[in-house]
Amino acid sequence: MEENKEANESAGNREPERDGHSVAGDAAYVAELEQLQKVDFALVELTLYLDTHPNDMHALQQFNQLAQRRAHLAHSFEIKYGPLMQFGHSYSRYPWQWYQPPWPWQV
Amino acid sequence: MWIYEKKLQYPVRVSKCDPRMARFLLEQYGGADGELSAALRYLNQRYTIPDKVVGLLNDIGTEEFAHLEMIATMVYKLTKDATPEQLEAAGLGPHFVNHDKALFYENAGGSPWTATYIQAKGDPIADLFEDIAAEEKARATYQWLIDYTDDVDIQDSLKFLREREIVHSMRFKEAVEILKAEQGKKKVF
Ligand SMILES: [Fe+2]
Repeated sequence: MEENKEANESAGNREPERDGHSVAGDAAYVAELEQLQKVDFALVELTLYLDTHPNDMHALQQFNQLAQRRAHLAHSFEIKYGPLMQFGHSYSRYPWQWYQPPWPWQV
Repeated sequence: MWIYEKKLQYPVRVSKCDPRMARFLLEQYGGADGELSAALRYLNQRYTIPDKVVGLLNDIGTEEFAHLEMIATMVYKLTKDATPEQLEAAGLGPHFVNHDKALFYENAGGSPWTATYIQAKGDPIADLFEDIAAEEKARATYQWLIDYTDDVDIQDSLKFLREREIVHSMRFKEAVEILKAEQGKKKVF
């Protein structure tokens, strides 16, 4: 319980740092995350659609375009806020960033 | 294998501490038609379903885990500041003495999740019809949950999840048509 409380305090509704940089959990983070969530949602939808409409060329083109945009968005998000994925799918600065809060349910 | 992504599929905001709503939401966490059942049902059926629809079961099953995490986030946020008295008033007293504020795979009535909630017949049409029914039942549960709360933030996330069930149901119905067309071809040739 105590540990949980600490994590919540450090993660929930963080204020931007004094030098003006946005940090994970603050309003700018939430807004940028939403941009990524929007594109990723379209990609989930297109994935399921293509699973039953594999010959829809237009949907496939849209999928590939969005996949490219997704990669750019995720890259700039990770540079600011740390890795989104692990097992080698995202880079990390020193010290190891992955295990640091906030986790999604703490934001 | 699966790779975890450190974000929710769709934002989850809650406006107040509400253990009563948290308890109702457990129906979609560890209930018969909930997200755990959905994920495990599809990912288990995919091994023996015809190749043409394996991808769909694989991907919907994976998306269900993202929904499970959204429900967990709602329950966590709605209960994290609750006192034991508030939890008891919400009917979560028995949960609290067993689990404190930890989540547990149980339904709104407190029954633990069981594999008897899900089926795998090895008959593709039977399996897909179970999947369609499961999506429709989950959609209905989300509707009751939306009706039960006046928290517009929770409603927003629940509406997203309700719409996903509609899309999943539609895709499973398309999968049935794909398999029927396959069977038809075999008969013709
Ligand atoms: Fe679903």
